[in-house]
Amino acid sequence: MLKRTFLKMGAALAVTASLATGAAAAELNGPVNYIIPFGPGGESDISARFQQPFFKDKFGQDMVISYQPGGGGAVAWATLNGLSDDGQTIMGVNLPHIIIKPAQKDVGFTTEDLNVFHMFHFTPDAIIVRADSPYQTLEDLVEDARANPAQVTMSGSGKATANHLAHIKFDKMADIQTTYVPFKGTGAAVTALLGNQVKAEWGYSTVAATQGEEVRMLAVAMEERHPLFPDVPTFKELGYDMVGGAYRGIALPNSATDEVTQMWSDMIAEINNDPEFRQQMLDNGFAMLDVEADGMDDFMAARSEEYLSDAREAGLID
Amino acid sequence: MEFGHFLSALTPFNLVLALFGVVAGTVVGSIPGLTATMALAVLVPITFSMDPASALILLGAIYTGAIYGGAYAAILLNTPGTPSAIATTFDGYPMAKRGDGDLAVALACFASVVGGLVGAFSLLLLAPPLSKVALAFGPIEYFWLSIFGLSLIASLSTGNLMKGLAGGAFGMLLSTVGVAEVSADIRLTFGSQMLVGGFGVIGALIGLYCIPVLIDLVATPDRHLKMEEDVRSVRIGEAFRIAARSKINLIRSSVIGTLIGILPGAGGSVAGLVAYSEAKRTGKPHQKFGEGEPDGILATESANNATVGGGFIPTLVLGIPGTPPDAIVLGALLVQGVRTGPTMFSQSGSIVFTFIYGLLIATVLMLPAGLLIGRYAYKSIVNIPKAVLVPTVGFMTIIGTFSIRNSVTDVILMLGLGVFGWVVGRFGFAASPIVLGLILGPIAEQGFVQGWTIGSATGNLFGMFFGRPISQGIIAFTLITLILPLYTARRRRRKEREQT
Repeated sequence: MLKRTFLKMGAALAVTASLATGAAAAELNGPVNYIIPFGPGGESDISARFQQPFFKDKFGQDMVISYQPGGGGAVAWATLNGLSDDGQTIMGVNLPHIIIKPAQKDVGFTTEDLNVFHMFHFTPDAIIVRADSPYQTLEDLVEDARANPAQVTMSGSGKATANHLAHIKFDKMADIQTTYVPFKGTGAAVTALLGNQVKAEWGYSTVAATQGEEVRMLAVAMEERHPLFPDVPTFKELGYDMVGGAYRGIALPNSATDEVTQMWSDMIAEINNDPEFRQQMLDNGFAMLDVEADGMDDFMAARSEEYLSDAREAGLID
Repeated sequence: MEFGHFLSALTPFNLVLALFGVVAGTVVGSIPGLTATMALAVLVPITFSMDPASALILLGAIYTGAIYGGAYAAILLNTPGTPSAIATTFDGYPMAKRGDGDLAVALACFASVVGGLVGAFSLLLLAPPLSKVALAFGPIEYFWLSIFGLSLIASLSTGNLMKGLAGGAFGMLLSTVGVAEVSADIRLTFGSQMLVGGFGVIGALIGLYCIPVLIDLVATPDRHLKMEEDVRSVRIGEAFRIAARSKINLIRSSVIGTLIGILPGAGGSVAGLVAYSEAKRTGKPHQKFGEGEPDGILATESANNATVGGGFIPTLVLGIPGTPPDAIVLGALLVQGVRTGPTMFSQSGSIVFTFIYGLLIATVLMLPAGLLIGRYAYKSIVNIPKAVLVPTVGFMTIIGTFSIRNSVTDVILMLGLGVFGWVVGRFGFAASPIVLGLILGPIAEQGFVQGWTIGSATGNLFGMFFGRPISQGIIAFTLITLILPLYTARRRRRKEREQT
């Protein structure tokens, strides 16, 4: 209750502050439509749901979430630039999807077409096993894979996804051969792990947060340890130079004016900087990221290069 | 599980929420294209300001109402309002055509309440052990389950088995168009971006079921439904007696619905079809399934509402949503600060139990609400002139299809499939096998690819496909379903020969 009162006070302060600065170049008129290019229940949906109440409190407008699944996100992204550019419509974007999909085939959009203005979090890649697994450490898994090539089966969310690219990368770094079994989304990949269908999962730190004591995370692909899992080493600590995961951000139609883009970048940054929001994200296993509009080009260029070379090497793209 | 949670679910505010949720859900579910998922997604923000238990009660009530509401369109327009109601069209529409639509609606309501209660009680009493069912189903079990589902085509399409199989194969072919979920290949798009998103199930459902009905309505001078001299009120007493007589069917179908509901990804459409086919298999000789048999409606409608409670079992116990609406409820829970998953029942027990009691209360409230709305819906559909009905429904199909993912492409594909469905329908090809193929094709493909990958990695392909006990059980059921129609047909032929 106290928390809620605090939120309301915060909102009131924010309103006063925006009144004081006055002449904003762009502003919202009515509820915002936030399109998620996947079905409900995934990490994109969950993080959008976390943003929703903060948005309402800070900016006074409703954020309506709608789902447009299809083609691994391609259906929604192909329509983005045809949507209204007045700032009332925004769309979630995901890496590596928006880089890999258009590189595979013509899917109706290119990476450069998308006006991505903010990357606000990522779910770090992680290797997860059941609590009763014989693999106590990452080294146990690597040794087993070395002794029994291809016999270590690992579930993951789909092909050419962050999980899949991480699998390819790690096998190469550790000089092992494991078998990647693609599932439809993280939920299905976890079910396969818990149901003893596979020996391990290429998942995200969010999986370990949801499943608690049922699973053990062997390593996480972050620069530093995740605050929720102080005992889980990073891949870097274990000698594998791997940092990454699925990155999530938000885009506008590319005809949106600089003012509208800036307004949105500022608003998302404000939510992202809210300590309570950050805590909620971390508690659920997400990792924070603050790439705003002006830093986006460098960020995308670096990610593109890495993803494309990994995917090319694995034969996922030509 | 103490009694206190029941009392906290019973506050006047929560009761009003449950009633509102059921009514709103029923109305949304009755409109083809407007799904439970959509209704929940829009309403979730409203629940943020409520306490978690009330929020969940509202969401659960909407969900259960929407699954029931799908029956109206199935019975009165021959178009399933939600995929869960596909099998409701088989007997519901023939009943409505001969003037028994009011009875059919009342039967659907009774069955939905029974199914909903069985599902919710399973959630209340048996959730932790039942959640093991979800985990026992690996890729290969899903593969065989979908093959079993496809074998239902054989028992559902009496008389024209080849046409049923051809329809199923065509549906599976349609399901491979677009980006494959598991292999990420972009297939059969012929370079057209229109096809990248593939054929959505709901759009296909609307096109294949609704459009042919509309074309026929325009092309023939008959009335839409047989008009009674005076429209009586919904035949509650009669429906209750039929439902009471078929209690075995109701219980069996509800259990089937609960169990299939537990499996993430299978859902209400598969549950309804399996329950229907079981009712038909165990039916008495005088029962004419497919021509307006009350037991057909009872089976489907009890099974699909049982999936609501069943689907919440893996959602709440394992943190793995069983269906898209469950996924939205899961999101709402996380925002409320409730951690789902293994520790939920111990850590957030009071919220969970208040929610389950709320779901039970909402299901009971569905009885009066559903009968009242059903009576109104029936009267208005029967009395509405064709000149108004056809454009109204036509408009709804377009809006409904468009709203799924705001895509004009989906509307074009829906219309194209609809006209195609009407044309092949004149040659005796039914819509259901095509839709069944479209729904089950991806489940079969994913299960096969994953099973094959794991099986070849561990060097045990044969054991993977045929050595696992649950798989063997499903294979046995599949064989029974396939062989039984052949056997009865042969026996009938022999009898006829003896008589002549």
